[in-house]
Amino acid sequence: MDAHALHPATSTGIPNRKLAIWTFIGSECLFFASLISVYLVYKGKSLVGPYPHEMFEIPLVTAGTALLLFSSLFVVLALNGCEQGNRKKFLGWLAMTILCGFFFIGMQVYEFTHFYHEGLTMQKNLFGASFFTLTGFHGTHVTIGVIWLITIFIEGLKGHVPPAKALNFEMAALYWHFVDVVWIVIFPVVYLMNS
Amino acid sequence: MATSVLDHAGAAGIHPEKTGLWSWITTVDHKKIGILYGASAFIFFLIGGLEALLIRWQLMKPDNNFVSPEFYNQLFTMHGTTMIFLAVMPLSAMFFNFFIPLLIGARDVAFPRLNAFSYWVFLFGGLFLNSSFLFNAAPNGGWFGYANLSSKQYSPGLNMDFWSMGLQILGIASLAAGVNFFVTILNMRAPGMKLIRMPMFVWMSFITQLLVLLSFPVITVALILLMFDRLFGTNFFVPLGGGDTMLWQHLFWVFGHPEVYILILPAFGIISEVLPVFSRKPLFGYTAMVFSGCFIAFLGFGVWSHHMFSTGMGPIADSVFSLATMLIAIPTGVKVFNWLGTTWGGSIQMKTPMYFALGFIAMFIMGGLSGVMHSAAPADLQQTDTYFVVAHFHYVLFGGSIFALTSGAYYWWPKMFGHMLDEGLGKVHFWLMLIGFNLTFFPMHIVGLEGMPRRVYTYPAGLGFESLNRLETIGALILGFSFLVFIANVIKSTLSKVHAPADPWNGATLEWSIPSPPQEFNFPTIPTVHGRDAYWEEKRNHGGKLPEPARVSGAGIHLPSPSYWPFLAAVGVLLLFIALMHHDNKFGPVYIFAAVSVLFFSIFNWVFEPFHEG
Repeated sequence: MDAHALHPATSTGIPNRKLAIWTFIGSECLFFASLISVYLVYKGKSLVGPYPHEMFEIPLVTAGTALLLFSSLFVVLALNGCEQGNRKKFLGWLAMTILCGFFFIGMQVYEFTHFYHEGLTMQKNLFGASFFTLTGFHGTHVTIGVIWLITIFIEGLKGHVPPAKALNFEMAALYWHFVDVVWIVIFPVVYLMNS
Repeated sequence: MATSVLDHAGAAGIHPEKTGLWSWITTVDHKKIGILYGASAFIFFLIGGLEALLIRWQLMKPDNNFVSPEFYNQLFTMHGTTMIFLAVMPLSAMFFNFFIPLLIGARDVAFPRLNAFSYWVFLFGGLFLNSSFLFNAAPNGGWFGYANLSSKQYSPGLNMDFWSMGLQILGIASLAAGVNFFVTILNMRAPGMKLIRMPMFVWMSFITQLLVLLSFPVITVALILLMFDRLFGTNFFVPLGGGDTMLWQHLFWVFGHPEVYILILPAFGIISEVLPVFSRKPLFGYTAMVFSGCFIAFLGFGVWSHHMFSTGMGPIADSVFSLATMLIAIPTGVKVFNWLGTTWGGSIQMKTPMYFALGFIAMFIMGGLSGVMHSAAPADLQQTDTYFVVAHFHYVLFGGSIFALTSGAYYWWPKMFGHMLDEGLGKVHFWLMLIGFNLTFFPMHIVGLEGMPRRVYTYPAGLGFESLNRLETIGALILGFSFLVFIANVIKSTLSKVHAPADPWNGATLEWSIPSPPQEFNFPTIPTVHGRDAYWEEKRNHGGKLPEPARVSGAGIHLPSPSYWPFLAAVGVLLLFIALMHHDNKFGPVYIFAAVSVLFFSIFNWVFEPFHEG
């Protein structure tokens, strides 16, 4: 099959769905920019503790960050495999990506539970409210990304994602990169810049 | 699948007209969705208008007790919220839906099912907001929902929950539509329809979508934080917990000012289509119009704090935001002069759409001038929270947006429904609207400068406000009556059975090259465009008016198939917010889980539906 039959010619030459996911990502940038701004505005404004420096476990979060960063590489390799019709490469690296996503969510669930037991809640102070809101919405995005990638994985197992349909996967991959990039901002701004 | 349905239709000679409730629920046709947007928005417009009339009836005389102060708060909050989010935005969306594909020579939008989803989410959001009246808990904290007036402490009822969640639902609809039309305009243009050849309405709509995409996420975050404060007891906007009420104002107006241009840019676009056609000459200064639109949108993101001069931001911030605001007068002035330049020396045809377009220019200039007055911070400190501000934004929103939308309605009615609206009744509508509008809102400048505060349910006698307020109420009744004339006109045209020709106004753009109303597939063959004002160009090359286009069989044209999953996904969105309202119920988490399941189930079925994208 030629690509023309699958993607009717568009004025820009970019497939509609690819342009749409980029547009959506552009809009999402403002969503996270607002949440990060709220966090920064309220930095150091908590009336009572616990305060950030008492809570954060940098090594754990660094490990989570590294996993998320690597998952971006893995998803590129998986997409490459998908486009080449190399099933093993496609599904293998995709499985690795999903695994990294799971580890990251696990890290966050552990962190949130730990903070909760230490007495940090959304109601406790502004740090709790703005921290849980920002990282919680990021975590929700990761979770949706994992569900999306698992769906692609199952479809891939059934052989429904041939090279000609790689765009289905590429959209999820673009979204995954975006979620990753947002974390690359959150990690230094929230965790590292708090001495 | 889709092909077999088509073959069957082809055998019958023509695409069968699909009718009945189910066909409207499952429709993905941009024209039907446009009509749904228009009909729903017009009903919400009448509800918002009724709220306005109740407000005016209450203010007709001093110390009136026609409505209670509590109900008055609900009335002005819901009037503002309704008119902005449920009337002007979706009325613009009606024109986006129906006409953007026609104007760029496409068969549908880029994502027909997403388009249906946007509409249903919008409708459910509107119903959700208005259902608050049934619980005697309509939002009552103003359309701007200032913290901490909107906090649980000062608004303990469900009122502001309905507001914060209703607007989140509407935001989802706007964002989905924003992505859809952004991609449609960039990607679905007919061959030869370069960006710089696009009709001005398409250009202004394109800029509007950009504003939606970049400003709605900000209000979404603000509303989420407010919702967390109210439902889960966080302290984002609670000063006792360290929260800063100014943060709300900044987040709100970073959205709120671009929102103003979201309301007016489509109006600019409509006027830029109507004026050339009824002046019989091309739009003057096309390129300048495009760039001034872009410049307005760009500046629109840098002026939000002019809504906050009275909060004490300090002289530097006040000066910067004053100057940035004054700058906006430049591209707006360019537009006004280009509209005048378009009519200059033209052979002007005084049809109803032209009346409203010229009325728009006059009224919008008045609103623009009082806007420049506000941009000076010291003057604004005198005017803020008075009826002078109410006069200003009604001159731009009603005198601007509504006049332009009405002009568009008269202009495009024959194309949408295949009937001409009556010229005589149209002109009666125009004069009643113009007179009623000015009687209502012009005196507000005066009472405002004399110090009458807005958002207060009554005023004492003896301050000199009585006679002007009585005049305003009479004006409002005339204004309300003018829309009854419009409804009468619609009924008359529908009953008349006189079919409109394809090109009643000798139009410049592609929608006039196809029958009225258009067939489901819009264009039997996708047109090729050779310049601006594509249809005028075609007629010029032909050496005169083109023959009436025939209705043809659409056999072989692939159209997107109907789907009910967008509707169900929208139901899921609505259920999610209803469940959130009951989060502290013992079954709250179950409700939320059930709603999310409906949403995910619908989205998965939507994604895996065998669907022909057309």
